[in-house]
Amino acid sequence: MKTIYRYIRPYGGVLILTLLLKLAAALLDLLIPSFLARIIDDAVPSGDRMAIFRMGGVMVLCAVLSMLTNVTANRMAAQTSGKATRAVRHDLFEKLSMLSAKQLDDVSVPSAVSRLTTDTYNLNQMFSRIQRMGVRAPILLVGGIFITFMMDAALTLVLLATLPFIAVLIYMVTKKSIPLYTKQQGVLDNLVRTVQENITGVRVIKALSKGRHEKERYDTVNLELADVEQRAGNVMAVVNPATSLILNIGLTLVVLLGAWLVNAGRSSTGNIIAFLNYFTIILNAMLGITRIFVMLSKGTASAMRVEEVLMMEDAMPILPEKKKTNTPYHIEFCQVSFSYNKVADNLTDISFALRQGETLGILGATGSGKTTIVNLMMRLYDADEGTILLDGRNIRTIPLEELHAMFGVVFQNDFIMADTMAENIRYFRDIPQERLELSAKDAQAWDFISATKEGLQHTAATRGNNLSGGQRQRVLIARALAGKPDILILDDASSALDFRTDAMLRKALHEKYRETTAIIIAQRISSIKGADKILVLDDGRIIGAGTHEELMTTNDVYRDIARTQMGLEGGGANE
Amino acid sequence: MNNPGKIGGGRLTRAEQNNDTRREQTVKMPRRKILARLWQYLGRYRRLLILAIALVLLSNLFVLVGPKLSGMAIDAVGVGAGEADFPRVLRLVALMVACYALSALLRLLLQKVMLRLRRNVIYRMRKDVFDSLISLPVGYFDGRQTGDILSVISYDIDTVNESLSGDFIQVLQSLVTVVVSFIMMLTIAPRLVLIFAVTVPLSFFYTRWIAARVRPLYARRSQRLGQLNGFMEEMMDGQKTTKAYGREKEVLAAFDEQNEQAVSAYTRAEYMGTLVGASVNFINNVSLALVSVLGGLLYLSGGVGLGDISSFVQYSRKFSGPINEMANIIGDLQSAFAAAERVLRLMDATPEKPDAPDAAKLEAVRGDVTMKNVDFGYTQGVPVIQNFSMHARAGSVIAIVGETGAGKTTIINLLMRFYDIDRGSIRVDGKDIYHVTRDSLRRAYTMVLQDTWLFSGTIFDNIAYGKPGATRVEVERAARAAMIHNFIVRLPKGYDTMIGDSGANISKGQKQLMTIARAMLLDSKMLILDEATSNVDTRTEQKIQAAMRQLMEGRTSFVIAHRLSTIRNADHILVVDDGNIAEQGTHEQLMAQNGPYSKLYYAQFETY
Repeated sequence: MKTIYRYIRPYGGVLILTLLLKLAAALLDLLIPSFLARIIDDAVPSGDRMAIFRMGGVMVLCAVLSMLTNVTANRMAAQTSGKATRAVRHDLFEKLSMLSAKQLDDVSVPSAVSRLTTDTYNLNQMFSRIQRMGVRAPILLVGGIFITFMMDAALTLVLLATLPFIAVLIYMVTKKSIPLYTKQQGVLDNLVRTVQENITGVRVIKALSKGRHEKERYDTVNLELADVEQRAGNVMAVVNPATSLILNIGLTLVVLLGAWLVNAGRSSTGNIIAFLNYFTIILNAMLGITRIFVMLSKGTASAMRVEEVLMMEDAMPILPEKKKTNTPYHIEFCQVSFSYNKVADNLTDISFALRQGETLGILGATGSGKTTIVNLMMRLYDADEGTILLDGRNIRTIPLEELHAMFGVVFQNDFIMADTMAENIRYFRDIPQERLELSAKDAQAWDFISATKEGLQHTAATRGNNLSGGQRQRVLIARALAGKPDILILDDASSALDFRTDAMLRKALHEKYRETTAIIIAQRISSIKGADKILVLDDGRIIGAGTHEELMTTNDVYRDIARTQMGLEGGGANE
Repeated sequence: MNNPGKIGGGRLTRAEQNNDTRREQTVKMPRRKILARLWQYLGRYRRLLILAIALVLLSNLFVLVGPKLSGMAIDAVGVGAGEADFPRVLRLVALMVACYALSALLRLLLQKVMLRLRRNVIYRMRKDVFDSLISLPVGYFDGRQTGDILSVISYDIDTVNESLSGDFIQVLQSLVTVVVSFIMMLTIAPRLVLIFAVTVPLSFFYTRWIAARVRPLYARRSQRLGQLNGFMEEMMDGQKTTKAYGREKEVLAAFDEQNEQAVSAYTRAEYMGTLVGASVNFINNVSLALVSVLGGLLYLSGGVGLGDISSFVQYSRKFSGPINEMANIIGDLQSAFAAAERVLRLMDATPEKPDAPDAAKLEAVRGDVTMKNVDFGYTQGVPVIQNFSMHARAGSVIAIVGETGAGKTTIINLLMRFYDIDRGSIRVDGKDIYHVTRDSLRRAYTMVLQDTWLFSGTIFDNIAYGKPGATRVEVERAARAAMIHNFIVRLPKGYDTMIGDSGANISKGQKQLMTIARAMLLDSKMLILDEATSNVDTRTEQKIQAAMRQLMEGRTSFVIAHRLSTIRNADHILVVDDGNIAEQGTHEQLMAQNGPYSKLYYAQFETY
């Protein structure tokens, strides 16, 4: 909870003002019944009708003032909690986007989204209600007790005797309910994940007619969620009736003691009537306080989930810059090894070096570690062993922003926003219009973009659903080229392109991006055949390196792949 | 050249979608209709509901007797010293304790009953939304942001239910309290009750006036939250890309804008909502002032006793308390209405057309497929496929090739009835596919898509997905055939590894192999491969192809692929351009024609 309180602190001044206004409103509310007692005890016995009207007038005045202060305070409370929520959500989103790929995997995307929405919303509710009721209820409680104490100390003590019972009750209930609410949010994550899977997999599910099965799968989570919710509710259900009962028993004791006091001439009936009236206020305040505890339990569960993310450590510290190694190479991998799960290596002893403007092709079986090389080069993960140098600088010493600015990259199944082509290529960068057009042309995307009515303003649907796989890839390549990157990475980025388009793309890259060092991961020999250097990976190791011609003579695996892909008679017919 | 309408011809774009929501916003569901639909949910659990009502009545009666008893006790005490009738006071106090205890017990019971009711209703509602979701056509999801749909399931349903259970009971309770307090006040001092003839209508009309203003604000809040949700979901998905381009700050700025709009939408709704409570509290205070003044005057003229005034004031507090509560509830209700509208809208979305009345099950399929003069467009008036005809003999291999975006996946969408054609006919074994059940049609195909889809479950469950009750042996055999068995058994938990466990780190290609294994388990007569092997390296692909050939044996197979070497063995090749078949024939025939196909073919060997 501590971290969350930090978000309210900047509004300390406003908060105090809000609380003071609430205090004033509550005190005014408290004053009103005391005039009733004065009417009954002073004005009525003396038969002074004017006094009765005067008192009544004061009561109305108090009511007006109370309303005005209340309204102002509520407005301020809504604004403060709105601002605090916005700040929490901002930081949470920022933190989530800074997390390493591994950390985000751990949190999982649906959970991240529900933390950003439901949990921050719960926090907002907690902030604003606590400001609105959190002051009013305790003040009404304390004020009520104070006034009754002034009226009759003995009777008040009877009432106070009941409070410890309520305190114990609340303590026990909250202790039990917070874990339940935490669990509830977790199960809600599962429910959301299930629905999300059903949306993304709609074609498969329909093709296999698995609707009923999916209904059952969802039903399990739905039932679990309903049950956890009910259990949390059941714990909370005790609070209200029990609090009322304890206080009402106090009330009857007051009547009993009051009867004795009046009979002994030590108190007045008017006093007891007013006392009972205050008692109703105290009871309601107490119930209000218990309700705040319910909200706090729920809010705390959410706050903890938000904090869990906020407190995650920076997984990738930037090391102090050491002396640059003098090297003719642009990119160097020196004996790099890496494992995702830290059990079995995914990459073992990888070394290679590229000069500025050279092209590296990487070929290898599925799971052989091609993408992992890219992940390490861009420092999405840190290598376990070995060093990676860019222009002789260890990448761990380069600030991430500076590092990432050097790259233009297309990942496997990279993502398209539901936005215009222009925005998808620009991707939040400061890139002039002509450059967008040029890069779209180089990426062979211009043809289909310009063929639409809106051109670059043509809008992609969610996940690029209205584009074909090849169109998506070309937009993504345009995105990578638009920033004129030092290093271009295409990870299986042209697999959906037909050969002709692929060839035209390679030609454009070769002619217009001579200074750009390129790393091209592909399944097709034709995509990497012209590279200055080709790595053949197998199970995380380099089993072959060289140019196409060299590998054709020295590397059996490579030659096999080439033969089968090009087709013997097809290749022959062409050359 | 590409047809201008083609890529735009796809499903809804965001702009169109916004138009769509705007249209949805303007056609507001009448409140009465929303209420009636919500009532259906409560009405289903009538017994619990009746029990709850009975409990509300009873518990409140007991609580309401309290002030009357305490007033009587005060009268028994008398005004001066030594006037008290102690036996009577004691009796009354004992009675009070009994009443309060009973009432507390009943209230506890009531809460439990309501929780049960809430549980049933929320469960049912989530179920209904999901059932509707499952029945929706593919096109619905192609055009909408997932996050927005998820927001309905998590946030909106929750809001409706908070209100249904919480507010429903409050309203009932308030109703009882108000009626009983009113009667009690009438019996004590009818003339004082006149005051409420002024204040109650005042609160009532004021509350209504405010409510009308608050409702659109809450609707806006729900909508904004949905949008924010959609944005966040999208951006979380693209986190790696954002990182790679170092655009965290800019994305954050775009997020801030969305966040700001959402927050200001609900700050405003909330503020207006609390206005109600504050004002009604004011009206209550004023009525208390009036009661005091009039009560004092009445006492002077001998109309009422002091005990009466005491009870009356207590009742009047009880009387106006609920009215105050109600005012708060109005705010909640408005927010619930807005949420309910979104929930109901999702439930009401048009499902896939039901099977034709004469639809028979497609059985004993041979796999002879014909498409005749088919016209189709994703949006009205923008045709993607025109006058398309083809014939696939049972057991043949049909390769569909063409430039990207030429409409190859569209054919699959039509064969599987993910989308319905506008004109023409599609037949399987001579039976019109619109006259067979959709389930049996789809089950007649095995499909391997380009986008791998695995759900969060074990690897075993994922592979066995299409064949319920598949044995371990069958699953392993399929995995072996898909060349993924060795990888799976090397995982710490083998086939029981959960997909989505970060420790497992399964690559895209490996996931694709698993979906292929899933397809291996199916024994349908027709096969669809949608660029199925594009994520797999050539060596593995070769092995898979061997297995696939085995799978294709005796099955009609539709293969969309760019690797010409795999297409060359096809019985029939469709070269699609602009949605139309530019050419069809065998590899040799097409090469001889020297048309688009041969151009595609030679492009393979151009380097720079």
